[in-house]
Amino acid sequence: MDAELMEIRQHMSQFPPFDALSEALLEDLAGHIEVRYFKTGSDILLLNADVDEFCYIRSGAVEVYRRQGDLYNRLGEGDIFGHFHLLRDHVVRFPARAIEDTLIYFIPDAVFQRLCDADEHFADFVELERPRLETAAEEQREANDMMVTRIRRLLSRAPVMVGVETSVQNAALKMSEDQASALLVTEPCSEDTQRCFHNGHEMCRIRGIMTNSDFRTRIVAQGLPAQTAIGDVVSRALISVQADVSIYEAMLAMLRNNVHHLPVLHRQRPLGIVHLSDIIRYETHSGLYLVSNIFSRLSVEGLARLAPDVRAAFVRMVREGANSQMIGTALSTIGRSFTRRLCELAEESLGPPPVPYAFMVNGSMARNEQGIVTDQDNALVLDNAFDPEEHDDYFRRLATFVSDGLDACGYTYCKGDIMATNARWRQPLDVWKGYFREWINEPTPETLLHSSIFFDLDSAYGEAGLVEQLQDLITEQAPRSSRFLAAMARNALNRTPPLGFFRTIVMEKDGKHNNSINLKRRGTAPMVDLIRIHALACGSSAQNTFERLDDIHQTRLLASGVSDKLRYAFEFLCMSRLRHQAIDIDKNRNPDNNIEPENVESSERHTLKDAFQVLSNAQKFLKFRYPMAGGQTERR
Amino acid sequence: MLPIRPRQKTVRDDWAAYMRARADAARDAAVKRYFATPLPSWDTPITDVPMAALDMETTGLDERRHAIVSLGVVPFTLARITPARRRYWVVKPPRTLFASSITHHHITHSEIAGAPDFDAIINELLSLIAGRIVVVHFRNIERPFLEAAVRARRGEGVMFPMIDTMSLEARLYRQTWWARFRRWLGRSPVSIRLNASRSRYHLPLYQGHHALVDALATAELLQAQVATHYRPETPLGDLWC
Repeated sequence: MDAELMEIRQHMSQFPPFDALSEALLEDLAGHIEVRYFKTGSDILLLNADVDEFCYIRSGAVEVYRRQGDLYNRLGEGDIFGHFHLLRDHVVRFPARAIEDTLIYFIPDAVFQRLCDADEHFADFVELERPRLETAAEEQREANDMMVTRIRRLLSRAPVMVGVETSVQNAALKMSEDQASALLVTEPCSEDTQRCFHNGHEMCRIRGIMTNSDFRTRIVAQGLPAQTAIGDVVSRALISVQADVSIYEAMLAMLRNNVHHLPVLHRQRPLGIVHLSDIIRYETHSGLYLVSNIFSRLSVEGLARLAPDVRAAFVRMVREGANSQMIGTALSTIGRSFTRRLCELAEESLGPPPVPYAFMVNGSMARNEQGIVTDQDNALVLDNAFDPEEHDDYFRRLATFVSDGLDACGYTYCKGDIMATNARWRQPLDVWKGYFREWINEPTPETLLHSSIFFDLDSAYGEAGLVEQLQDLITEQAPRSSRFLAAMARNALNRTPPLGFFRTIVMEKDGKHNNSINLKRRGTAPMVDLIRIHALACGSSAQNTFERLDDIHQTRLLASGVSDKLRYAFEFLCMSRLRHQAIDIDKNRNPDNNIEPENVESSERHTLKDAFQVLSNAQKFLKFRYPMAGGQTERR
Repeated sequence: MLPIRPRQKTVRDDWAAYMRARADAARDAAVKRYFATPLPSWDTPITDVPMAALDMETTGLDERRHAIVSLGVVPFTLARITPARRRYWVVKPPRTLFASSITHHHITHSEIAGAPDFDAIINELLSLIAGRIVVVHFRNIERPFLEAAVRARRGEGVMFPMIDTMSLEARLYRQTWWARFRRWLGRSPVSIRLNASRSRYHLPLYQGHHALVDALATAELLQAQVATHYRPETPLGDLWC
């Protein structure tokens, strides 16, 4: 190319996907663009117009809308849009408007096709956007909906259950009466509470599931008599999910195990059976790409390459007005999916585990409150049959594999070494029970720190029952130990909201982030601590802060209206933090927990102060409620 | 800052009649062809006017003592600038007068040494801008230099209507009561140079002093000016001079 168009070529060569183009292709591209200026507020692409080119933003800012007119995306210098239309039918599906004075480079379809043909990376880049756009445009609901909505929502009725002694004929009759396409077969069970539930008459457990097609293949095709006991033919390999998993996780469980019926349990009690069609009815076929991508990756490197997608998903959720609970749940689901996939990969390379285990996640991931700036807190709960001499080598290697993998995927190592790689946090269930009893009965400053991390706990992979037993132990013992609660309360008062003497906001002065407020340290974290104590005191087993507030609200622990105030304040602090992180990512800065007052609009500043005041008042109440905490003066 | 000093009256009341008369009188074939190609009339809406942004680098500011070194032309309309149809020429000044003034442009001696004389590009230049309204930023360079350079080689010069983005800026920022009030207060006047003007419309900063880049920049500026202060239906006659 003649040197004269360097201005155009130089600019485009800095931005993806053009930054990876060969010189020859870049030259072809820069030589064929057309230019137009758009005043703020003017339309660039009109819905349903014919298009034969896509757009590159040379300067300015553009908003892209969905068909219904709501915002889909906001783009700036170096971004492209409109390429999706060229991949489909050359009709504008996503209209675009300049929201600043904007200079657009138009790239003709012929050049677009040449780039797609000649450059695989370019083709990937423009096509990967496509399923996201389809999802966004063709669904009423948000793309992340399947990730945050729990599977229990799709349950319409209790499962049909019969005992193992029932004849296959009676079982078939019951299915016909109830118009069910599957039933659960139960058997009585003795003392093994870990896998049992009470069905109203007796303790029992699920032996297996019988589906319509099982009746065909296991009974009729085999020519078995009608009086055969159903327990003799039932399929024993039971694939089930907990009621709390997302619809997406449930769908993946079905796809990975090639089953169409999925019993949904709360602990061990079956709540219902979900059929694949229920999910398909709920969600159009487009689906969500991120979580399924996680489970399709074959290596740690492959997983690590998804980290930018996680950030992009996060920024999109913030932009689209998701609340903190949705975002926290979605990011936690993604984090658990990474964890789970890494466990699977570890087992693939190390072989099956010598004893059952649960990969336990703690902290924000367990609370479903994960943000984008996060480190890993995890541990291994092993079956009591664990023998350190014989088995620890396996689990140490598994823990190292998962922990290194998480780090590669953007979940940095825990500074406090609360990870399964630490031998202390890789113990059989009985040892863990001992830990928790000791922490509750003899709290010390160190164990209190552990309590605030480990008392938020959930299973990410393996035998969930192992972790559930620890949850039960906490729910049962913590409310009884007023000494423990008081010590926790004292601890929770160590971090105060940044309210100054005259209720003005006080900045952190820690050198690195001068004139900023750490919203996590001074806001959300003390709030989580405080609410956890009240929740423990009233025997709540909830892990999520909002759910804990619901449980607290059921009791008369707090004055009327206080839990609502805490909820609003917590939501506001969380969203402020998430919004600022999204802005950081947008501006190519490393997201952190700090907000700078100059970036806070004055209306937000006032609300922030109000939120901190709610926290401050709640801390005063905590001090009053647990007088042992009174010895400590509130630090400012 | 370039001195703004109109040295000749360049505004024609009836460009169409002038063009016809020149077509009849012209002896040089290329010049005749140029004037015989009709231009859009003064009442054509600007949105329908085919245009060509033109910029040149010279060895100095006086067409009698200095010469053209390079030219860039970018055809465009209000809807689209088409760099694919751009033309750019480096030409050799007739006299060895560029040694002292090489700082005005970025063109190297060796480039100029190998370049043709301006005469070699006249035919192509005129056929490229025929039927199009030429858009420049500060016509008091382009217009006299083109006139003098063509006259020196073909015996007759070229004059044609132009849209001058600098004078459009001057109308907005130099000739209003507000601008006079500012001057009365002793404030320095708003800059109407190319990059300063572009920044008022949030157009990106380009590396200046390349005839083709400046031509592109001028085309973008006109689109921005019309989008901001005029309408697509604004008649051409309101803008040209």
